[in-house]
Amino acid sequence: MSIDQLPDSESETTGRRAAVTVRDLQIATNSGVEVVHGISFEIAPGEVLGVVGESGSGKTTVGLSLLGHARRGLKIAGGTILLGDQDIRAMNDAQLRRLRGSLVSYVPQDPASSLNPALRIGIQLREVLEAHGQTDSKANAARIAEMMREVALPDDPAYLKRYPHQLSGGQQQRVGLAMAFANRPRLIILDEPTTGLDVTTQSTVLATVRELAQIHEVAALYVTHDLAVVAAVATRVAVMYAGRIVELGPADKLFESSGHPYTRRLVGAIPRLSGGRSLVGIPGHAPSPGMRPPGCPFAPRCRLRIDECEAAVPDMLELAPDHSSRCIRALEVVEYQQDEYGDPVDLAPPEVETPVLTLENVVGYYGSTEVLHSINMTLEKGEVLAVVGESGSGKTTTARSIAGLHHDWTGTIKLGDSELAKSARSRSTDIRRQIQYIFQNPYGSLNPRKTIGESVGQPLSVFKIASGKKAETMVGEMLEQVSLSAGYARRYPDQCSGGERQRVAIARALISKPSVLICDEITSALDVSVQAAIVELLGELQRELGLSMVFVTHNLPLVRSIAQKVAVLADGNIVEYGETASILADPQQEYTRHLISDTPSLETATGDVPPAAAPTDGAHQA
Amino acid sequence: MKWLRGGGIAGFIVRRLLLGLLVLFLVSVIVFVSTQLLGDPARAILGRDATPDRLAALQKQLNLDSSKVGQYFHWLGGLLHGDLGTSLASSQPVTSVLGSRIANSAVLVVLAAVVSVPVSIAIGSYAALRREKSFDTVTSNLMLLLAALPEFVVAVLLVILLSTNVFHLLPAISPVPPGTHAWQYPDELVMPVATLVIAVAPYVSRIMRASMIEVLESDYVEMARLKGLPERTVLIRHALPNAIGPVFQVIAINLAYLAGGVVVIESVFNYPGIGLGLVDAVTNHDIPVVQALAMLIAAVYVVLNLLADVATILVTPRLRTRL
Amino acid sequence: MSQAETAPALAEGVDVPTPSVRSTALLARSLRLWRTRIGVLFTLILVLIALLGPLMAPHASDKFIAKPFSSGSASGTVFGTDYLGYDVLSRFLYGGRGILVTALVSTVIGVVLGVVIGLVAAYARNALDDVLMRLMDVIMAFPQIMLALVAVSLVGAKNSVIVLAIALTTAPRVARVARGAAQPVVERDFIGATEAMGLSRVRILFGELLPNILGPMMVEATLRLTYSIAVIAALAFLGLAANPDAANWGIMIQKNQVALASEPWGALLPILAIALLTMGTGLIGDGIARTAAGIDRERGDA
Repeated sequence: MSIDQLPDSESETTGRRAAVTVRDLQIATNSGVEVVHGISFEIAPGEVLGVVGESGSGKTTVGLSLLGHARRGLKIAGGTILLGDQDIRAMNDAQLRRLRGSLVSYVPQDPASSLNPALRIGIQLREVLEAHGQTDSKANAARIAEMMREVALPDDPAYLKRYPHQLSGGQQQRVGLAMAFANRPRLIILDEPTTGLDVTTQSTVLATVRELAQIHEVAALYVTHDLAVVAAVATRVAVMYAGRIVELGPADKLFESSGHPYTRRLVGAIPRLSGGRSLVGIPGHAPSPGMRPPGCPFAPRCRLRIDECEAAVPDMLELAPDHSSRCIRALEVVEYQQDEYGDPVDLAPPEVETPVLTLENVVGYYGSTEVLHSINMTLEKGEVLAVVGESGSGKTTTARSIAGLHHDWTGTIKLGDSELAKSARSRSTDIRRQIQYIFQNPYGSLNPRKTIGESVGQPLSVFKIASGKKAETMVGEMLEQVSLSAGYARRYPDQCSGGERQRVAIARALISKPSVLICDEITSALDVSVQAAIVELLGELQRELGLSMVFVTHNLPLVRSIAQKVAVLADGNIVEYGETASILADPQQEYTRHLISDTPSLETATGDVPPAAAPTDGAHQA
Repeated sequence: MKWLRGGGIAGFIVRRLLLGLLVLFLVSVIVFVSTQLLGDPARAILGRDATPDRLAALQKQLNLDSSKVGQYFHWLGGLLHGDLGTSLASSQPVTSVLGSRIANSAVLVVLAAVVSVPVSIAIGSYAALRREKSFDTVTSNLMLLLAALPEFVVAVLLVILLSTNVFHLLPAISPVPPGTHAWQYPDELVMPVATLVIAVAPYVSRIMRASMIEVLESDYVEMARLKGLPERTVLIRHALPNAIGPVFQVIAINLAYLAGGVVVIESVFNYPGIGLGLVDAVTNHDIPVVQALAMLIAAVYVVLNLLADVATILVTPRLRTRL
Repeated sequence: MSQAETAPALAEGVDVPTPSVRSTALLARSLRLWRTRIGVLFTLILVLIALLGPLMAPHASDKFIAKPFSSGSASGTVFGTDYLGYDVLSRFLYGGRGILVTALVSTVIGVVLGVVIGLVAAYARNALDDVLMRLMDVIMAFPQIMLALVAVSLVGAKNSVIVLAIALTTAPRVARVARGAAQPVVERDFIGATEAMGLSRVRILFGELLPNILGPMMVEATLRLTYSIAVIAALAFLGLAANPDAANWGIMIQKNQVALASEPWGALLPILAIALLTMGTGLIGDGIARTAAGIDRERGDA
């Protein structure tokens, strides 16, 4: 089916007619529990609407519903979805099949798992044309070549013969984009397509999306949890919370003068490259479907809550013709200065420099491959050293070598004055006690068969610090120190949220009173608001206890609010090393400058988007 | 160690073959050690009649007077030349004793494989598509119960059902007379083959169902549907090739299991194959025959596993292109 | 609540948390399924018959009653007489205990051995893993029944030989499953966390790893018990028992098979018993497996 056959593909007046209109959309589980309540929005041709929300907000569910699709266990329960003036909800299976991939297309979150591992990419591209009636193989080949060029991939037949696993993550995602634009759709749903990609790759993929949507007048719905990404790609933004849109408006307005407390807190939780302010998390967590309160779902976590908030779910309140908020105090909220959240942080370097951890000429290997080339760095007492780099830069290998979890390295690592053995097992009990490690993924770092109390108390028995009643008391105190109650000791990890688990992991690391704490990407698996809360807690504990800390992250802006010193890693080399403020303000190396300009941030939201780098991500793998 | 890598698919097969040979070598050691060292075969054969003279004579005949290592290599050398020794019970070469038996068992196993593999793949796939509908519920539960039944129980139940008590459709035993071929008696083959099919089909269909369900829930199948592909294309081009990979290993293990399963089933039906041969040889302490059959059944296992590995590699580009 | 149903919709961006399956909870929860209950019922009935049968038997297991294959009415018994002229019912009541005890003992030994080997191999992640698993491959090249046959023929049909042969052939199959289940667990960071603490290998294997594979191991153990029962009954059926005329379900089936058409009970009773017993253990295993999978599908966001 081509676009010309459809009655109202031509815009009636000036092309401002909405490409898609969603009215009062409801999605429920098969047993009738509503998970998405009364969603309404429209998207004009060529416009990118960002849908932002944390996990569980229902944003992907809404995205998929525009294809007439609901995941297993869910169904679209009410409302209308109009594409032009075709009602998607009224379509039968055959009509939906013709719709998908031609008029409405989808770019999935994880390209690695969404491309069929058993089929060459050429076939996967061709079939989307063939499935929609284009059987002329010559024309298809030409169209595929054109699409490949549009997403800046090679268009030669040899490249099309590759299997998905022979492409880098960024290349896979661009194949996904090519597939989505193949039939020149009118609407495209992008479901967190850059999650898991390096910042450089992310920035080129985002630029491609923006360009293609504009050039081909395609309406796009961009689903993401990352406000900064939305800032870089979307013109208008819908913020979702607990299955509802709580704020809808132009991107710049939302970030500068938001009309909803949740948006405000979310913006406050985002780390900034400029301005050394501490991050403020949002305490508590979003209510899950079926447990949502009768009133405003955000009220229990809101600082501006008044009694009326809990009476009924507020209506959308119009603040400007194109800006509305689901908050009864929206008119007050919109007047606040956004920057009132987050106090300036004082990241003064320690007064006396006493090195606690020294790396001298550390070279790391994976098998016969050298992955770290002569790493030198020093951590002073009471200092936070951030180790920043993209995936494959060697930052985690460095951290694991220090902790004795990676054994294959040469050089010297010293704790104070004593040289460390390569593996944790061959180090003394006291050394193991003094260096504690917190893992990236809180879902993997706690034994699911042990209670929180057992996990946190384990170091006490292993290091023979305490046992019995005394250990129990210490565990309780430690849990309170990380803002959990002592009652958590009896819970199992699956009874805790991701943020709570990471607090438990912190408690386990700190209970043995270590002198060096190594944090390996500890917030990357968490929502922004939770990330902010964890960083906030870690900063407080660090200052309070005078901890020395190595903070490994790929998130450059995050470094600003916690670390005095930063080491930038690329391909196993330290390319830049020094004080955080000066490096972020005035990077000396090309690589660091690229890293900073490619990192999506709110600063870029308000106008000048950084020029997209040449789209060359990842080496072409043979 | 460069020869360990590279060489594409042919190189891979060669490496797997070498590994298979290593396994077979270890198997031969185990067979030899367990049959030779656990007891004195001569004494075991002669039993109570063992006079010192006869014992010494038999030991010489069995080459038991040389060193154990010497005996092993003598045996292995014969094995490699196709000389499996002489049957103690019939005083004929083991090869001629076993020749027709191997052919008879092969007929059973091949027929069972030809029937059970496609049928169980079809049942498993269809159950996955109709997940939690009545076809799935019925077949899943039926397969579960059949999988639990020992094969001789299935065999005797089939006899009760089809030839003695309920219906009288098929012969209760399948004694292929010497000098004739098994396929000359199709009605005698039905029940042994059916028993073997019932022994294998539950496993293959259950793994096929599980594998298919996993694939149907994968992101790439959802993506294929969201691309607007016809459901046929989604299933045949996208789902099936990915779902079949893990099934090969299970098919191999089960077909190898058939080679062992015939031991009991042939006894029930008095079918003159290697299974009955093994039971006879074990009862008569006919050690050369036991050794030969043990090696044969182990070799079948190794070869089938090799084939499964190759098949898995062929349908999995991620593995294939890494070679 | 519909936790399980809402789960897919909420699976956005966050790693799937590991569900908690405490082993006792798993057993208790699996009993909510009808299949597990039926399985337990079957197994319980057969276990009671096998264990208490000898106490309830009307006659001794070796007492001549009437001429072989007499009908019930002719011999004044419930199910008639067998190939020796003994009471079928009494022989049946005596004939399960040996099979059950042998199967249980050999399975326990095999499963324990297999779990230890599998855990060690999975945790080693090096040459030891390869060597162990190749060794298991070699043993698996012999079908269970064949290895048992050969062992029995060489050493004699003693119970200890049968137990060892079954245990030895059970172990590699369990080891493979244990290794497969433990491999992803070994990769998880909580193992790294205990390594960084310097916990001993033994404590990591049995204190940290083992509790995380108990679910699949329970399923595997019931499956292996089912097979052990089958192989041990089959050995007797093939005539390889210490006493070829003992009261034993396998022997009963073999010897009474000839009279299936006229006096079926002598073979039918033990056949039904073995069928119910193996189906019972099979159903229990499936119930546990389904419960574990069901819990896996739930997400634990409290």
